[in-house]
Amino acid sequence: MTTPLLRLTGINKSFGPIDVLHDISLEVNRGEVLCLLGDNGAGKSTLIKILSGVHKPTSGRMEMDGKSVEFGSPRDASDHGIATVHQFGGTFPLMSIGRSFFVGAEPTRRWGPLTIYDRKRANEIAVTEMRQLGITRIDDGDRLVGGLSGGERQALAIARAVHFGASVLILDEPTAALGVKEAAHVLRIVLQARRKGIAVIFITHNVVHALTVGDHFAVLIRGSKAADFRKGEKSREAITDLMAGGEQMAELEAEIESFSATNDAPRDGAHA
Amino acid sequence: MTSQAHDQPAVVATAPSAPHSSMPSLGSLVRRPEVGSLIGMVAVLVFFSIFGGANFMSAGGAASWLNVASELGIIALPVGLLMIAGHLDLSVGSMVPASSMTIAILSGHYDLPIIVGILAALGLGLAVGFINGVLVIRTKVPSFVVTLATLFALAGLTLGLSIILSGSTSVALKSGPIAKLVFGDYLGGKFQVTLFWWIAIVLIVGFILNFSRFGNWILAMGGDAVSARNAGIPTDRVTIALFMSSSLCAAFVGMSQAILYNSAQVAAGQSFIFNSIIAVVIGGVLLTGGYGSVVGIVLGTLTFAIVNQGIFYTGFDANWASLIIGVLLLAAVLMNNTFRTMALTYSPRTKTRAR
Ligand SMILES: Nc1ncnc2c1ncn2[C@@H]1O[C@H](COP(=O)(O)OP(=O)(O)OP(=O)(O)O)[C@@H](O)[C@H]1O
Ligand SMILES: [Mg+2]
Repeated sequence: MTTPLLRLTGINKSFGPIDVLHDISLEVNRGEVLCLLGDNGAGKSTLIKILSGVHKPTSGRMEMDGKSVEFGSPRDASDHGIATVHQFGGTFPLMSIGRSFFVGAEPTRRWGPLTIYDRKRANEIAVTEMRQLGITRIDDGDRLVGGLSGGERQALAIARAVHFGASVLILDEPTAALGVKEAAHVLRIVLQARRKGIAVIFITHNVVHALTVGDHFAVLIRGSKAADFRKGEKSREAITDLMAGGEQMAELEAEIESFSATNDAPRDGAHA
Repeated sequence: MTSQAHDQPAVVATAPSAPHSSMPSLGSLVRRPEVGSLIGMVAVLVFFSIFGGANFMSAGGAASWLNVASELGIIALPVGLLMIAGHLDLSVGSMVPASSMTIAILSGHYDLPIIVGILAALGLGLAVGFINGVLVIRTKVPSFVVTLATLFALAGLTLGLSIILSGSTSVALKSGPIAKLVFGDYLGGKFQVTLFWWIAIVLIVGFILNFSRFGNWILAMGGDAVSARNAGIPTDRVTIALFMSSSLCAAFVGMSQAILYNSAQVAAGQSFIFNSIIAVVIGGVLLTGGYGSVVGIVLGTLTFAIVNQGIFYTGFDANWASLIIGVLLLAAVLMNNTFRTMALTYSPRTKTRAR
C-alpha cells in the first residue's frame, strides 16, 4: 500500500476545559473523496480547522507524504498545498471577483520602480478558472462577489483552491445553502478535482451528496471517530443512522411519534 | 454560444466580448462607489456659488475651503483606510493638539532645534498609533472603545504635561523659514502649503488602496476579518500599520498647525474626530468596512469643507452649516447605499436586456 497523502494519528483538541476532538486518526489519499460526516457539533469543522492551520491540535501527529508536519498558521497549511473553503465566509461580497480570487496571493507586475497589483491578469485568471468549473455566466472580473449566486460563490472559492495547485481540497458544507442545481454543480466540481488527483475532504449533512461523491467515509460522534469505511461497505440506512449521531433513525422517528401522541406523559429513557 | 442564438433577440449574442474597452460603460460607472459623493459635492458647490456670490468663487473663497479641506483630508484619508479595514480612530482628536503641544514645548518653550520638535511630534504619532493597534488586536475590544479611551487619555496627558512643563495651556513657537515654508506657510498669501501635502497623501493612499497588495488586504479585512486571516493575510500587522498611519497623519496636521499659527493650544483639534468620519462616510466608505474609495474620500472632504466655509459667504447665519451637513450626511449615505446595491446587482446581461 502506498503512503497516504495525509495521515492524522491520535489527534486531540480541547478549547480550555472543553474536549472537542478525541483521538482522531484518519488517512486521506490522492484522487479520493473523503466524506466527513457527523451531527451538529460533532467536531467536523474543528478537525478541518486543524488541517488548515487555523487551530493547533492539543496533541497528536500530522503527516504529509509520510513526513511529519506542523502548521503554525493558515499560510503554513496553504504552503503545504492544503486549500480550505470554510463553512462560513471565504469570499468577500463587496470585493471584485478578481480581487477576491487572489486575496492574500495577489499577482503583481512592475510599473516603473513600483510593484503593483495586476488587476487585468487577476480578473482574467479568475474568470477563466471559473469557466473551467462550468460557471460561464461570469465574464467580467470587476463584478462584485456579492452579486453572484451562492453556487457561483462556492465555485469561486473552489476555483481559487484549485488554481493555487492544492493537493488537498477541504470543503466544509459547500452545498448547505445551495439549491438543487447549484449543489449538483458543486458535486461535479468535487468530482473534477478528484479526477485531477486532488485529495478532497468533503463535509456534508446530506446523505445523497455524500453517497454521490464519497469514496471513503469517516463519521464523528461527539468528537470521536465512530466509523471509518469505504464506498459500498455500508448500507445507506446504516450511514444515515451514523450521521444522526449513532441513534437509530427508525427508533428516533418512533420516539417522536409517541411523544407527539402523548405529550403530557413522562418520557422514559428508551435509548439504545 | 453566439452562433446558435441567431434568430433570438439579442439577449445572449451581445454579451460584451471586450469588458475592458476604453469607453466607460454604464455598468462601470454605476459600479463606482463615489458617484453619490460626486453628486453631493456638485450640489453643494452649485448651491454656494449661487448663494455665496462672487466672493465664494474668488481665489480667496476657494482658498478658504481648500485650506480646511487639506487639513481635514490629510486625516480623513488614513481614517478612511482604517474604516475600510473595519476600524475607527477617534483618538485623532487628541493626537492633533498633542502633536502641536509637543513641537511647541520642545522647540518653543525649550528652544530646541525645530527638527527635534518635528521628529518628536511625528514620533509621538507613530507611538500612539502603535499603542492603539496593539490594544485593538490584543484585547479584541472594538476600536471605537479603544480609541475613545486613548482619545481621553491622550487629552489628559497633553493637558497635564503642558501645565507641568510650560505652566500654560498655550505655548508660542518660532520656527525657522525652512520649516515654515515646508509645513506652515501661505502661498500667494492664501493657499496653505498643506494643500500639497494633501495631494501627496491622496496619491500615496490611492496607490496603496488601488494598486498595491496591501490595498487588497485592507478591503478583505474589512469584508471579513476571519476569512482574511484564513487566506494568509497578516491581519495584525496590517491593523497596527493602519492605526500608526492615522495617528501619524493627525500628528502631521497638529505639527504643521503649530508652525502655521506660531503657537499651540491644548484644546484644539477635537473637531477632527467627527469631521473626519463625516468626510469619509459622505465619501461612500462603508462604516462597517469592506468598501470605499480614495476618490470618494476626497470628494467627501471637499463637500464638508465647502459647506463649512461656504456658509460664511452667504447671508445665512453660520449655525445653519451644521444642519446642512447633517442632512447631507444622511442623503449621501442613502445615495451611496443605493449605488452600492446597484453595483452589487449589476451584470452585463441585465444591462443588455434593459436596453
Ligand atoms: N473556538 C472554540 N472554543 C470553544 N469551543 C469550540 C470552539 N470551536 C468549536 N467549539 C465547540 O466544539 C464543538 C464542535 O464544533 P464544530 O464546529 O467542529 O462542529 P461541527 O461538527 O462542524 O458542527 P456543524 O455540523 O454544526 O457545523 C462544538 O460543541 C463547539 O461548541
Ligand atoms: Mg461545521
